[in-house]
Amino acid sequence: MTVNPSGWRPSAPANEQGEAQTVTGNRALMLEEPLLFEIGSTEQTGVDFDEFLPGTGRGASVAGGGGPSPERREGGPPPSGLRPATSPSRGGSRLAGLERSRPIGLPGLSEPEAVRHYTRLSRQNYAIDLGLFPLGSCTMKHNPRLNEKVARLPGFADVHPLQPQETVQGALQVINELAFWLLDLTGMYSVAMSPKAGAHGELCGLLCIRAALEARGDKREVVLVPESAHGTNPATAAFAGYRVENIPANTAGRVDLDALKARLGPDVAAVMITNPNTCGLFEPEMKAISDAVHSAGAFVYCDGANFNAIVGKVRPGDLGIDAMHINLHKTFSTPHGGGGPGSGPVVLSQALAPYGPLPFAAKYPDGSYKIVEEETAGEEHPNAFGRMVAFHGQMGMFTRALAYILSHGADGLKQVAEDSVLNANYILRSLEDVLDAPFAKSGPCMHEAIFSDKGFAGGLSTLDLAKALIDEGFHPMTMYFPLVVHGAMLVEPTETESKASLEQFIMAVRSIADRAKAGDQSLKAAPVHAPRRRLDETLAARKPVLTYREPEPAQAAE
Amino acid sequence: MRYLPLSDADRSEMLQVIGASSIDELFGDVPEELRLKGPIEGLPLHASEMAVERHMTALSRKNMVAGDGPFFLGCGAYKHHIPASVDHIIQRGEFLTSYTPYQPEIAQGTLQMMFEFQTQVARLFGCEVANASMYDGSTAMWEAIVMAHRITRRGKTIISSGVHPHYVSVAKTMAKFTEDQLQTSLPELSGETDAERLIAAIDAETSAVVVQYPDILGRITDLAPIAEAAHAAGALLIAVVTEPVALGLIRSPGEMGADIVVGEGQSIGVGLQFGGPYVGLFACREKHVRQMPGRLAGETVDAEGKRGFVLTLSTREQHIRREKATSNICTSSVLCALAFTAHLTLLGEKGLRQLASLNHARACEAADRLEAIPGVELVNHSFFNEFTLKLPVEARPAVHAMVEKGVLGGVSLGRLYPDVEALQNGLVVAVTETATDEDIAALEAALKEVVQ
Repeated sequence: MTVNPSGWRPSAPANEQGEAQTVTGNRALMLEEPLLFEIGSTEQTGVDFDEFLPGTGRGASVAGGGGPSPERREGGPPPSGLRPATSPSRGGSRLAGLERSRPIGLPGLSEPEAVRHYTRLSRQNYAIDLGLFPLGSCTMKHNPRLNEKVARLPGFADVHPLQPQETVQGALQVINELAFWLLDLTGMYSVAMSPKAGAHGELCGLLCIRAALEARGDKREVVLVPESAHGTNPATAAFAGYRVENIPANTAGRVDLDALKARLGPDVAAVMITNPNTCGLFEPEMKAISDAVHSAGAFVYCDGANFNAIVGKVRPGDLGIDAMHINLHKTFSTPHGGGGPGSGPVVLSQALAPYGPLPFAAKYPDGSYKIVEEETAGEEHPNAFGRMVAFHGQMGMFTRALAYILSHGADGLKQVAEDSVLNANYILRSLEDVLDAPFAKSGPCMHEAIFSDKGFAGGLSTLDLAKALIDEGFHPMTMYFPLVVHGAMLVEPTETESKASLEQFIMAVRSIADRAKAGDQSLKAAPVHAPRRRLDETLAARKPVLTYREPEPAQAAE
Repeated sequence: MRYLPLSDADRSEMLQVIGASSIDELFGDVPEELRLKGPIEGLPLHASEMAVERHMTALSRKNMVAGDGPFFLGCGAYKHHIPASVDHIIQRGEFLTSYTPYQPEIAQGTLQMMFEFQTQVARLFGCEVANASMYDGSTAMWEAIVMAHRITRRGKTIISSGVHPHYVSVAKTMAKFTEDQLQTSLPELSGETDAERLIAAIDAETSAVVVQYPDILGRITDLAPIAEAAHAAGALLIAVVTEPVALGLIRSPGEMGADIVVGEGQSIGVGLQFGGPYVGLFACREKHVRQMPGRLAGETVDAEGKRGFVLTLSTREQHIRREKATSNICTSSVLCALAFTAHLTLLGEKGLRQLASLNHARACEAADRLEAIPGVELVNHSFFNEFTLKLPVEARPAVHAMVEKGVLGGVSLGRLYPDVEALQNGLVVAVTETATDEDIAALEAALKEVVQ
């Protein structure tokens, strides 16, 4: 099972456009790449070691040959030289007699093969580095490379989380400086730095709220969430043990304040609100919402996913918010990395601050920094609701976010919000004549513009426009979200797009929208120029294939 | 500002198209009295790349760097050498600056990498399936406990005393809110693990038993009898692996009957980074996959019949199921998963076995030398690359005293269990392939001095 030269075959199916086919299946720079398990071998390695096992001869087995050894194929012991080490001094096993006897099935590649494997794979991805990535609510802005550089400084990258605190004062100062900025930008009282991502931050905020309620002996069971909320909001509330109830939106795309007020009562623990909301609109009555929630004895959680629109323009603390997570991987430009890592610090109001989780970094009058963890929590932070993660949070994201914040400064961050809102409104006004824009008449949007597929003909929908955008060289916008707009398309260009880039996008969307309204069925085939055509997601879910399985032995024999 | 492409001329032209007289008009929904009139006061203004780099470099120099001297810390985060190509691969802009692969036609790179990662994790752990990553090991363990709860419909979980105390602390925090019952206990400075006590504690209410392998003191325990006892009572065995390199040398938890295996993937491909970002590993049996949290990449075909990959079984997830989802996780740790999979691909099975053997050999050598210091006792009967010493003095001050000599000599159990008197003399020492003979000699000399 170690080598499988025959499992993968390039596929070059008949091409209706009559393009010349290639024997490899490659098309110039568009290169097919097999799975690691089809090209690697368990006998190959891309890593050399200085030393080898005591007693087996220094480096002797490293020179060993390529193919699978006969013993391995029969499931016998591993090849000699790869024997598990035993104690060099005591003679007996120090591994509790649990040495691995069976092969694992992990193929390796030499360094050139590995670099090529991943480079070829990378080229099948769209990325911010390649072009506009207008995923609404995701804030796909440019990721400055200075951030990457500072995060890799040995003093940040090569420091152990449990080093004695006197050896990590610089790391603690980074956390403290970033915390200081986040508090000033939000006008809040304290900040919990350890949550690992936005949804984890939501959980942190809700647990603070729950702890605060329990501290006053108040057992409330319901969390209210607007229909337009991110899916993480209701999922988080349920995870924190609450019953979730929806609150409706009004026709202007905002929270229906009267409906909210009518529902508030002694059983409501919190209201989770996204502001600016997922329709890309600011909640103008936010202060009134907060006041109503507070007078009902509940707390206001704000989903800070859309903070980019208001950073430096308005402070959540002035809106009466009790807790809000900040996605450092959105507003503060740490890279999304294909789905994380993120980081979700949570800013807290004075009412919730005592309940924030462990650990936290504190600055002392003598200028030193300290992590307050279990040991001293009793004296310094006795009401903490507990610990959310091992160690202290996403340090690698803190260094990047701090570099970003220092680069922009207070003036640059304000400009970030303004340009992001300007870019979104430019798109809104340049497309509202060709695409239905449900809230365009009510005024400007914030950092994202929402459209719908109303008016598309011939059974075409949002999905078809999105896939056609791929052929034009753009990543599609967020589709079918928020749920309050049928066939929604949520476009967030961010401030790091130039006017020329926006105009090319606008031109592409206008052209596709015209075709969609004319019922042009060729859109159903899109994308035709991507590495893959539309993929069968139903098949994937019906018969899940989640790991690679070697082909039947009959095929695998050489 | 170097990151903002719009010029003032662009801005006024765009305002004209929009039909607004000023930027402030676009913020008209924000009540006037709440709008900030200028940059927030008291904060510095924008800075050049050079100035920011200078500031950050100065901060970084206030930290003691693991690679600058003898270094022996572990307890859930391990220093291993990472091939240079790993960092090159994760800095490819197409990986670094892409999003969760919601549009599979232009995200095959990430999706195929996830599929390969899932396969590697499943094989390493001896399980049938694995997901595309969690935040870290500690949150993965809690998710495993609630997953077991969903499967068994029982609410009591027995956590071994050998589980990392931060992981236990995360679980305890969460359980307060979900009303899961956790049975926990403290470790003892003994070579024996609590396997027998765990087996005796399993009853008809037990949802799962959670065992770390190797455990917080570095001890290795046979999981098979625990799995057997759990299964006989209709409970599951959850294994936690914080040092996956060990699995190059010792049997996988899945092989011994674990139903869910979670872990911290940091030690393969991801640097220490003062504790994060790391990468949670999560694997289980195929029959339980629909109860699993997190993203999953699955194989399928495109409209032309070509093989491709998509995110699948998303009806488990929050963006579809909302409050009925298996977890609230959205962003996970995919770039760290890429580092993990790239490093493991470079190692291959052969390299992983060599790396593991080298770690164990170095640790054996260090254990022998340290145990020979008068008054110092080796607690472990078994270990992989990490073991616990019982010092004749409290370990916390000893660690600080060793720092004075330029040696980062281990993690004192007092740091992890501040209130537990019986553990205060415990020092956990991790010895990886990065420790040279000179490093081990320096630790030996430093420890000898500080215990006198």
